[in-house]
Amino acid sequence: MTVTSPAPEADAAAPRATTARKLARHPNVVVGSIIVMLIALLGLFAPLLGTTDPVLNNPSFKLKKPGAEATIRNDDGTKSTYVHKLGTDSLGRDVWSRIAYGARVSLMVGVSVAVLSISIGLVIGLVAGYIRWLDFIIMRIMDGLMAIPAILLAIALVSLFRRGSGLLPVIIAIVVPDIPRVVRLVRSVVLSVREEPYVEAAVISGTPTAKLIVRHILPNTVSPLIVQGTFIAAGAILVEAVLSFLGIGVSPDTPTWGNIMADGRTYFRIHPHLILYPGIVLALTVLAVNMLGDGLRDTLDPKMERRV
Amino acid sequence: MSDGARRGGWHEAGRPAFEHIRHSRDTERRATERHPGKRMALYILRRLLATIPVMLIVAILVFLMLRLSPADPAAIIAGDAATAEDVERIRAKLGLDRNMFSQFFIWLGSILTGDFGESFFYKQRVTQLIGDRIGPTLALSTFTIVIAVLVAVPLGVVAAYKQGSWIDRLVMGFSVLGFSVPVFVTGYILIFVFAIWLNLLPVQGYQPISEGVGGFVYKLVLPAVTLSVVYIALIARMTRTSMLEVLSEDYVRTARAKGQIERKVLFRHALRNAAVPIVTIIGLGVALLIGGAVVTESIYTIPGLGNLTVGAVLARDYPVIQAVILLFSFAYVMINLAVDIIYTLLDPRIRY
Repeated sequence: MTVTSPAPEADAAAPRATTARKLARHPNVVVGSIIVMLIALLGLFAPLLGTTDPVLNNPSFKLKKPGAEATIRNDDGTKSTYVHKLGTDSLGRDVWSRIAYGARVSLMVGVSVAVLSISIGLVIGLVAGYIRWLDFIIMRIMDGLMAIPAILLAIALVSLFRRGSGLLPVIIAIVVPDIPRVVRLVRSVVLSVREEPYVEAAVISGTPTAKLIVRHILPNTVSPLIVQGTFIAAGAILVEAVLSFLGIGVSPDTPTWGNIMADGRTYFRIHPHLILYPGIVLALTVLAVNMLGDGLRDTLDPKMERRV
Repeated sequence: MSDGARRGGWHEAGRPAFEHIRHSRDTERRATERHPGKRMALYILRRLLATIPVMLIVAILVFLMLRLSPADPAAIIAGDAATAEDVERIRAKLGLDRNMFSQFFIWLGSILTGDFGESFFYKQRVTQLIGDRIGPTLALSTFTIVIAVLVAVPLGVVAAYKQGSWIDRLVMGFSVLGFSVPVFVTGYILIFVFAIWLNLLPVQGYQPISEGVGGFVYKLVLPAVTLSVVYIALIARMTRTSMLEVLSEDYVRTARAKGQIERKVLFRHALRNAAVPIVTIIGLGVALLIGGAVVTESIYTIPGLGNLTVGAVLARDYPVIQAVILLFSFAYVMINLAVDIIYTLLDPRIRY
C-alpha cells in the first residue's frame, strides 16, 4: 500500500478539507454512499414509485410472476390495471411495494441501532475508562455479554417481548449485543489518550474533568466511532432481516425484506422471485454500507486497518 | 452475526480473545522454569479457572433476562386447568417465592448439577431435548469449519503472495461480498442452482451419520457450504493480512536466498509464522458460525439446536432458550480457550 503523506503545512492549514477530499476520492465511499442514498430515496419516496398499499391482500391474485397485470375495480366503477412489476406474494401483496416500503424499516433499524449502541456504549466506555473501580465491574459484564454469540443473544432478547409489538423490541435486541464492542473501543481510546502529554498537561493545569472529556477525549473517539457505527448499521440491517426471516422479528404484515423472504420460503421451488429480489436488495444495501465503512476506515482511521 | 459487531470484535483479532485472563505470573514461572510440561499444565489450569468468572457473568445475565420475561413459569407448568393454589404450590416447589438472590443460587445449583428443567412446550427434560438435537449441529459446524479452513487459508495465502493481482482482488471482493450476502440468500441461491436446477443434491433434510456416511455427506454438503461462505470470507481476509505482514520479514528473504522452493517458503516459513492471528480468527468466528447455524438449520430443516432455539422463541419456551444460550456461550468460551492454548503450542515465542 502506498501512503501519500501531504506536506505538513498543507495538513495544518486545511485538515478538514483534506479529509473531505480524500473521502470524495475514495471509490468505496463514493459507490457505497451512492447506493445507500438510492435505497434511502427508495424508502422515502416509496409512495411515488408506482407502488400500491404494501399490506393490501388480494387472495384472488396471489403468487403471480413478475410483470403480472391485475385489474382493479375503482370506487367509481371504472376499471384500471396495475402491473405487479415484481409479482405478488402468497397473500397477493405486491412485492415491489413491499420491497420499497421495506427499505424504510431496514434503514430505520440500521440508523437507530448504530446511534443507540454508539451513544450507550460511549457513556459506559467513558465511565469505564475514567473510574477505576467501576472499570473492572463494567468490563467483566461486557466480557460476559461478548461470550454470548450475538445473534443468539438477539434471538433470546426478542423472546422477552410480546409478539407484534413493533420495531422497538427488534432494535433493542440488536443494540444490546453491539454495546460491548463500542464500550471496549471507547475505553481503549480513553486509556491511550490519557497517557498523552497534552492530556497530562491539561490535568496539571487544573482542567475540570467534564471539560477534559469534552475537549480532549471525545474528539479522539469520533473517527473510530463513525467507522464502527457504519459497520454496526450494516450488521443491524442483516440481523433484522435474519430475525424477520426466522419469523421472530417484526410482525409478518410489516413490509420488511426479511418478511418477504420468510413468506416466500414455502414457495421457493416455483416462485424463487420471492426470495431473490428482496435478497438482492438486502445484500446490495449491506454491501454498500460495508463498503462505506471500509472507505471511512481507510480515510478517517488508518491505524485501524493495521489492527484488522 | 451482526456484521458491524463482528468487525468490532475483529479489530482485536491479533490478540487473545479474552485478554484479561492472561496474566504473567513471574513467581510461578520461576518456580516451574525447569519443567516446561508442568508450566504448560499450570497455564491451562489457570486459563480454565479464569473462564469461571466469565461463565458466571453469562449465567447472571441469562438469569436476569429470564426474570425480566413476561412469562410466569409456575403458571405455565401448572397448565390452564390449575387452581391458584396449584400455581402457588408449584411456585414454592420451584423456589420462585423466595427473594431474587436465593432464587439465583437455587437456579445456579440446579444448572451446575445438569438440571435445566423441563421444556414448557415439549414437556420433556431440556437435557434430553438438547441431547437429541446436538448431533446435527455438531456435524454441520465441524463440516463447515473443515471446508472453510481448507478453502480459505490457501485463498488467503495466494492472495497475499500475488498481492494486487486479479486473484487478490477476486479474493478480497469475495470476502466483502461474503460478509454482505445473508446466509439465507446464499442458501437459497445454492439450493436453486444445485438442487433444483442441476438436481445434484437434495433440497432439504438431514441424515445421521449412523445411517450411512454417504447419505450423511450427501445431505450435509449444501448446508455446510452455505454456512462456510461467511467463515471463508473471514478467514481468507485474515490469512491475507497476516501473510502480507510476514512475507516482508527477513527470514522469508533468507529462505528464498538459500534457494528454498517457493511453495515451502510460503507454507513452511511464512504461513507458520502468520498462524496465530489466523487461528485466533477461526476461534472468534465460531460466534458467527453459531449464529449462521441457526439460520442454516432453519433453511435446510436440519433437526439441530438452531431449529430448537427458533421453535423455543416462537413458543416462548424459556427453559430451552436459557439452556441453549448457556450451552453455546460455554462452547464459544471453551473453543477460544482451546485456540489460545493451541497457539502457545504453535508459536513458542508466546510466553505463558
